[in-house]
Amino acid sequence: MDRIPILRMGNFLLVTIQVDLYDRLALTLEADLVQMVKKTSAKGVLIDISAVTIVDSFMGRIIGNIASMSKILDSETVVVGMQPAVAITLIELGLPLKGVHTALDVERGMNLLKSMIDDFDDEDIEEDPDGSLAE
Amino acid sequence: MVLSLSKDTIQVVREQDVVLLRNRIKEVAVKIKMGLVNQTRLITAASELLRNMLRYGNGGHCVVEIVSSGRNNGVRLTFTDKGPGIPDIALAMKDGYSTGKSLGLGLPGTKRLVNEFDIKSKVGEGTTVTIIKWANG
Repeated sequence: MDRIPILRMGNFLLVTIQVDLYDRLALTLEADLVQMVKKTSAKGVLIDISAVTIVDSFMGRIIGNIASMSKILDSETVVVGMQPAVAITLIELGLPLKGVHTALDVERGMNLLKSMIDDFDDEDIEEDPDGSLAE
Repeated sequence: MVLSLSKDTIQVVREQDVVLLRNRIKEVAVKIKMGLVNQTRLITAASELLRNMLRYGNGGHCVVEIVSSGRNNGVRLTFTDKGPGIPDIALAMKDGYSTGKSLGLGLPGTKRLVNEFDIKSKVGEGTTVTIIKWANG
């Protein structure tokens, strides 16, 4: 069966989707990715969809699911490289992908992930001595 | 008056057929010089309808046509299945309504993405959805 490879890079997982997704492929990716987050204790997931020309409601939902699932496994997700035509279509379709972090390209996505994780680490260090709770 | 310039029927019974059909639609859309954004809208709309057909109608077939009306060229897609049919089309066209576990964006979302949208359904007989996207519409 087809599978989309998941690469590990330090604290992050990298997924580059190079083919147009069909439903089962997207579902397999969702399952694989959540497993990998657990297995590698990844702090961030970066999904590059620059080669994806079609995102319909099902795949949009899978992307949203991956972000929410990773989140409750203590990992942030950033989707990068969305084509303008795909963004237009998603909004017209009625799928604003709320709750999914996005960045224009891989580099910015990586920086966003790093900053999100750094913020989190800083909070830990700063908040703990006071004993105050973060929001 | 909408004239059909070319006609092509593709059977859709497995999920992998979706990719084939998408490619076919893409070819046709490029042939009539449809812009990239409209191509994306059309293929996304087709993708939604195909999923419906596979999930609720046990597959079916899609007719891909190049149509022309006046100076306008476009792509007309007709999806036909012999599934259970839709009892209440008005309800099925409502945003957020779904009998499955989906988001319920399929039909209303598709309508927003294309220029013409027509749905006919008979309970127990099946459903036919016809969409047209004009090259510069």
